[in-house]
Amino acid sequence: MTAAAAALANRQRREWALTFKGILFVSPWLLGFVFFTIYPVGASLYYSLTRYDVLRPPLFVGLENYTLLFTHDPMFSIVVKNTLYMVIVGVPTTLVVAFLLASLLNNDVVARPVFRTIFYIPSIVPAVATAMVWLWIYNTQWGMINSTLASLGLRIIPFLSDPALAKPSLIIIACWAQGGSIVIFLAALQDVPRTLYEAAYVDGANSVRRFWHITIPMCTPSILFVLITELIGTFQSFTLPWLLTEGGPNNATELYGLYLYRNAFRFFKMGYASALAWILFLVIVVFTLLIFRSSARWVYYGGQVD
Amino acid sequence: MAEIAAPRRTIRGRGLGGRRHRPASYWLGRVVIYVLLLGLGLLFFLPFLWMISTSLKNDPQVYHVPPIWFPSPRLWSNYPEAMKQVPFGRFFINTLWYAVPSTVGTVLSCAIPAYGFARFRWRGRDLLFFICLATMMIPFQVQMIPLFITFKKLGWVNTYLPLVVPSFFGNAYSIFLLRQFFMSIPLELSDAARIDGCGEFMILWRIILPLSRAALAVVGLFQFMGAWNDYLGPLIYLNNMKKYPIALGLQQLRATYHAANQKLVWPYLMAASTVVIAPILILFFFTQRTFIEGITVTGIKG
Repeated sequence: MTAAAAALANRQRREWALTFKGILFVSPWLLGFVFFTIYPVGASLYYSLTRYDVLRPPLFVGLENYTLLFTHDPMFSIVVKNTLYMVIVGVPTTLVVAFLLASLLNNDVVARPVFRTIFYIPSIVPAVATAMVWLWIYNTQWGMINSTLASLGLRIIPFLSDPALAKPSLIIIACWAQGGSIVIFLAALQDVPRTLYEAAYVDGANSVRRFWHITIPMCTPSILFVLITELIGTFQSFTLPWLLTEGGPNNATELYGLYLYRNAFRFFKMGYASALAWILFLVIVVFTLLIFRSSARWVYYGGQVD
Repeated sequence: MAEIAAPRRTIRGRGLGGRRHRPASYWLGRVVIYVLLLGLGLLFFLPFLWMISTSLKNDPQVYHVPPIWFPSPRLWSNYPEAMKQVPFGRFFINTLWYAVPSTVGTVLSCAIPAYGFARFRWRGRDLLFFICLATMMIPFQVQMIPLFITFKKLGWVNTYLPLVVPSFFGNAYSIFLLRQFFMSIPLELSDAARIDGCGEFMILWRIILPLSRAALAVVGLFQFMGAWNDYLGPLIYLNNMKKYPIALGLQQLRATYHAANQKLVWPYLMAASTVVIAPILILFFFTQRTFIEGITVTGIKG
């Protein structure tokens, strides 16, 4: 009896020792979590309920910032519409482009690593350099596209100066800098078992049907991963639109991240910007959860079935 | 990771019916694939060609319609001239000055928690790991303002501390990547070491880390490139041009023309862009395999 109790106590002590060790190991992250996540997230919730210009102490105003945003700020709805456009049109477009390029690479071709490198490299170019190069590519007079069009006697395309074209022009750049997703998709494509294709081939399925009924379902886990990371990234995008258009022309590319930055660091409306940040946070969480919930219906985890 | 690093089974031998009797449609398909690949490859490469070719042009060549792709003569002096417009040498040193410490910090502060999450069981581990993953959803903008205010109060604005110190406290993405890798190392190795009286930290240091050089390199590379490419962080915290990293420096080059109400000097701007991109490309070419594997691991297991 006492021996059993002692053994139990011993086991419990060992378990606590392990837990202590575990906490010790994750403590760098845990400290970071407290100081650089919990504290700032909490503080920004508090700031979002204040008027705060950094110089004077924050003044508590309740939900004023939120009511102002939703009822008195015409920019807010513009910014939300622009951002939703980038998320709903831009993210699927880049995803499809990346998937098609990866499928193309997945064919049995010589020099595949060379092509993979060419498609991948744009994604590691520093955003500032990407902005400079594309500013020059999109230049209405001497850019490589418009200058060619002009010499052929065709009408030029005002990529970044026409409000209707500015957002699609940003999406084109995003498609160019898709390398990470292409590599992920390519790896997923290569893991699709050959036997599935052979079986479908025997059953008389043509290549389109094989692509639709085998390739895409087998790649849904990585499609889910890319979709979510791209979505979170697009909601926050800042550097490229900031450098290419500064939100113009006529606010066509004033995305959420730009408006938030402007309020915080140009107008020093920290409380207002914090309210914007919290709304963004909630929207991202809702979108991510919705996609996760829907994923049960369209994501196929082959490994779990086997 | 092991199965990814291993050479892929060759796809060549998939042959439905062998290689000899391919129908004509097969060869047509091949041609279409190669035409598409070459065309798209060229399309993806054109921006680089445009950048480099512009960086070597003189004024009449820049403002020539139709565009000139291979300028002659080539004005190599654009490069040293561009570097003189703003202090690029200093920008490079500045960038390294915070990118290197933040890389070291990230590797250390992610490897240790990743070990805690991967290699032994303890109460609350899975809950904490779930929380760790969930933090990836928090947009930087939410943390940005309170962190700026805190760092301002600490007197850290216009120093590199706000860009370096947080990297010593782990980040969810790299911890996740390393955890996935650590989990693929056979547990028997750790058990053997435990029987020999090794503590957990010793096991991490002596066994796990040496076996994980590739994964550690991936985390380090991602962090280094992230620091090199970062724009928003330095934009918020650095407002003295002497402290600028290259990302802000390149923008500064453009801004000086705007400030002086001058037309942009595109060859200088493209030469400077080439110089900013070059180190990243060189680093990529030397580490390509590691790099691609790193992305693959996060994507598949995610």
